[in-house]
Amino acid sequence: MESARPRWDLDPVLTVEHLMMRFGGLVAVNDLSFNVGRGDITALIGPNGAGKTTVFNCVTGFYKPTSGRIVMRHGEKVGTGLIEDLTRSGRQYLARDGHAAFLLERMPDYGIAHHARVARTFQNIRLFGGMTALENLLVAQHNKLMLASGYTIAGVLMLPGYRRAKQEAIDKAVYWLERVDLIERADDPAGDLPYGAQRRLEIARAMCADPHLLCLDEPAAGLNPRESAELNELLQFIRAEHGVSVLLIEHDMGVVMEISDHVIVLDYGVKISDGPADFVRNDPKVIAAYLGVEDEEVELVESALETREAGI
Amino acid sequence: MAEAGSVADASDLRPAGAEIEEEKRRDAVSGEPPFKQPRRRDGGLRAALRDALFAALVAAVLGFFFLGLRTEIGPGGLVLSTRWGLFATAVAIVFAGRLLLRLFVFRDARPRTVTAAAPGWAAALTALGRLLGPGLLVLALAFPFLILWLFPQRDRQYLDLAILILTYVMLGWGLNIVVGLAGLLDLGYVAFYAVGAYSFALIAQNFGLGFWLCLPLAGLLAACWGLILGFPVLRLRGDYLAIVTLAFGEIIRIILLNWYDFTGGPNGISGIPKPTFLGMDFSRGEDGVAAFLGIPYDSIHRFVYLYYIILGLALLTNFVTLRLRRLPIGRAWEALREDEIACRSLGINTTNTKLTAFATGAMFGGIAGSFFATRQGFISPESFTFLESAIILAIVVLGGLGSQIGVVIASVVMIGGIELLRNLGFLRDIFGPGFDPTQYRMLIFGLAMVVIMVWKPRGLISSREPSAVLKERKLIGADMVAQGEGH
Repeated sequence: MESARPRWDLDPVLTVEHLMMRFGGLVAVNDLSFNVGRGDITALIGPNGAGKTTVFNCVTGFYKPTSGRIVMRHGEKVGTGLIEDLTRSGRQYLARDGHAAFLLERMPDYGIAHHARVARTFQNIRLFGGMTALENLLVAQHNKLMLASGYTIAGVLMLPGYRRAKQEAIDKAVYWLERVDLIERADDPAGDLPYGAQRRLEIARAMCADPHLLCLDEPAAGLNPRESAELNELLQFIRAEHGVSVLLIEHDMGVVMEISDHVIVLDYGVKISDGPADFVRNDPKVIAAYLGVEDEEVELVESALETREAGI
Repeated sequence: MAEAGSVADASDLRPAGAEIEEEKRRDAVSGEPPFKQPRRRDGGLRAALRDALFAALVAAVLGFFFLGLRTEIGPGGLVLSTRWGLFATAVAIVFAGRLLLRLFVFRDARPRTVTAAAPGWAAALTALGRLLGPGLLVLALAFPFLILWLFPQRDRQYLDLAILILTYVMLGWGLNIVVGLAGLLDLGYVAFYAVGAYSFALIAQNFGLGFWLCLPLAGLLAACWGLILGFPVLRLRGDYLAIVTLAFGEIIRIILLNWYDFTGGPNGISGIPKPTFLGMDFSRGEDGVAAFLGIPYDSIHRFVYLYYIILGLALLTNFVTLRLRRLPIGRAWEALREDEIACRSLGINTTNTKLTAFATGAMFGGIAGSFFATRQGFISPESFTFLESAIILAIVVLGGLGSQIGVVIASVVMIGGIELLRNLGFLRDIFGPGFDPTQYRMLIFGLAMVVIMVWKPRGLISSREPSAVLKERKLIGADMVAQGEGH
């Protein structure tokens, strides 16, 4: 650890610097800094009310942070020069030499999804319940299709360019439906699907938006052990095949410890530990935070530890 | 134990039948629910008849004094007169109503037993439903000729009614984009109708442009007003959105009423030009359409022409709406109705999406408005009251939010129904010469709406058709589909 800096510091896809989020007198996140490595699966954990979802909402633009800088990078090893130029310029993003940097705290939420390519899922699933699974995945490709339809004009006339783009969009939706094992239910309304399937569909929908960073808010909540294991496989597939970095909030320590390359622990809006999964779970501060707050979480950590040790 | 023994002893001392009685009582208390179960499911008709008879009896007892007898001031004191016709009608209505309710409405509260060999009428009904649209289209295309052939005496009246209905169909389809697809409750839709009508009237009067040139201009102007309304209401949700749109509708009307120099105020604008056919008027003269086509002049030609214009405009609205639904913009509207936050998380600019919905809906409203102006030849702010907005919204809600064919049915029922209730002369034979059916028009109409909303709370056609299909087109039930803001 001392000799070589960890991978996420060398080539981060997302950098959060001195993030502060204040709601009136309540400081939900205080001076938080961390890096999310390119191609890593990074977990954000912490007891209830630690500010994890607030961090997510700041990163994806649903909250405007009180202060701080959130940098999203496209391309490998984006130089600091580009980012400093961007910060000084007052612009939202800057592209140079095949690299691009985005200051997320300056961007609107839809712009973050569209330009910075950060896609997210929600703690309480937010699918378009009255639309079919296929339609949900097509909505996720809105901006691409909108461009192809010439902002609707070419689409109304059904020009061949739009038809091709539409077929591509459907192919992509079919690909992800197959990936999440929902191809049989493509024409069923999303609201009709069972809970686990809705979670998978939401991840598929986020992936259809072509993200560079996928933010998952408690993806394993409410899943049974078998579904959790399938989720692990899906996330590893996404990372390996599509090169998408994953940032997830999770309470299920089985998921966290098994697939995370990098774990960040929050408590009361402050980072208390940061490092590989092995390092974090032995960190006395983390154990104290969990012990001091909730029995249930402690049991989760302990059981996770036991299963890991039994496995080793 | 001792007590139990004593009870056993006591039972021994009871008379022989007591134990059976006791058992019956216990069964009645514990085993069965306290209410009576329907004995036979299929013997519904007899039970319904009995029920209806009972209801009719209650009506007869009550109605005897209220309806059957009547005291009037006559020469030498009160005179008792009888109104048996009214009495019998009321009892008959109660009987028939209760019977129908029992047979068709209340039955649904109980589970319906369906055997393995289910009848195929449900499939037949869906097949019929699929033919409904094309069938209505053919009927609409042939309608003027049918009317001319069937009712040569009253052709003008029926054509006028058909034109009115089609105007509301078009308005309903336009509003359906805003309310049904994007889920933004707009209570001031009539404002765009007014903008379209006044745009055409003022442009035609001041610049001498004809109908066909003014039509797109009026649509564009109305779309601009849609954007102007859209901006302030973007951040509003639910009831607040509805209230601001309502206020917008009133503001437009009051401006039209008070800006005397520009709009003519309450006097309105008259002398609006009629639409021309390839530059020709529908006049008796040498350069009229009739002379050009070599057919004898008839004033009805102009109405047939108007009918086909509004039919074409309505079909254009429908075509564009159906196309847009299958395009990314339409899908984004529907997604917006389902979940705005999820839309933003997928990179959809919800501001622009809402504005396009408002503008598109407003454009069709404006086009319908300029048709209204050319048909009437005279417009005034009185034509654009809140009642119009309410009727258009009622058409959309009654037809089923987002359903195109539902809007058609609801327009025919609502506009046609209101007009039909004007000539209910036969009711006078029943209720006596003092009965004026037109006074009860709105009452009957309101009752009909209540009945429909009780029977079909999400409108006549409430299922949603998916905009993209992979293998099988399945309709989506209304319980899945969100209604958006303000419902």
